[in-house]
Amino acid sequence: MASLKALKIRINSVKSTQKITKAMKMVAAAKLRRAQEAAEASRPYAERIEKVVSSIASKVTVSDQTPKLLAGTGKDDVHLFVVATSDKGLAGAFNTNIVRLARKRAEELKGQGRTVKFYTIGKKARDGLARQFRNDIIESVEPGDLGKLGFDAIKVWADDLIARFEGGEFDVAHLFFSKFVSVLTQEPTELQLMPVALSNDNAPAGVGASVEYEPDEEEILADLLPRNVAVQLLRASRENAASEQGSKMTAMDNATRNAGDMINKLTIQYNRTRQAAITTELVEIISGAEAL
Amino acid sequence: MALHFELVTPERLVRSEEVYMVTVPGAEGDFGVLEGHSPMISTLREGELAIYASQGAAPERIALDGGVAEVNENGLTILAEAIGQ
Repeated sequence: MASLKALKIRINSVKSTQKITKAMKMVAAAKLRRAQEAAEASRPYAERIEKVVSSIASKVTVSDQTPKLLAGTGKDDVHLFVVATSDKGLAGAFNTNIVRLARKRAEELKGQGRTVKFYTIGKKARDGLARQFRNDIIESVEPGDLGKLGFDAIKVWADDLIARFEGGEFDVAHLFFSKFVSVLTQEPTELQLMPVALSNDNAPAGVGASVEYEPDEEEILADLLPRNVAVQLLRASRENAASEQGSKMTAMDNATRNAGDMINKLTIQYNRTRQAAITTELVEIISGAEAL
Repeated sequence: MALHFELVTPERLVRSEEVYMVTVPGAEGDFGVLEGHSPMISTLREGELAIYASQGAAPERIALDGGVAEVNENGLTILAEAIGQ
């Protein structure tokens, strides 16, 4: 049986761990609120730009003049996975879930004879994929604190991605991130980034109505499509920021509770050991007195 | 007699209100939008947005760094990347 002193040390060490996880949980809760607001604030723009893009795209006939971002390269051989995670761990299964989904999809596509390349955003995405796909990672960027990520930084990545796409490095780009559903639920999600995936439910009600375009449809598209890529990336990183904090909060809450349970168990053991020592001492004294 | 006007940036929904008229710096020249404007979509150049809350009122000006304007039956929506104060 552990000595009293060893138990005492153990209890104190668990207590200080609990203090840390509790503080991390509170920090995550505070950051979560802000990240959630930011995620919600970025939704209107993304929704509206999608609407405008699909309403124009539904009126454009695909020709040689059509921007590649809309029409695609006409091939389906090389896929690029843009995997967005965070730089930091200690957030439960947040990073792992995103990486796992990407890995699963990559294996599916490779099984069909496609080439898969990776563009990782976040240290954890790179670490998680490097083991299996070291030579397929074409670029890794580190976003730092997801909550403080601005549109300017994201635009740089988007421009880089578009340049690679135009240069023919890949045919289809998928974006992987974690969608923030609620504090307890974050859903790893895949989204087609390039060429633009058009959902037909967004087709405008008044398709027949004549809409004036200034300058013309194609020029507007050429302006809008790159913007759309950047906006989707921004939205993904906002969702990621909220998911990360939510996931971290839950993980740290669990850790705090586990530490509490452990402290209770150790305290009981400590008290029993102490009591046993006292009883032994008493028995010794009494038997000593009787012997006289 | 009011035009529903929305100004949206990637960061947030800046404005959503009823106004009288908005003058927009379109890529091919400024244009004013009143209620009942015919549907159109236009790219924007760098310039100033002038918002007239009511007829004859002094306009409120917001600097834009390019973007897209869409006019439909619901009103005017401006998607701007960055706005000045």
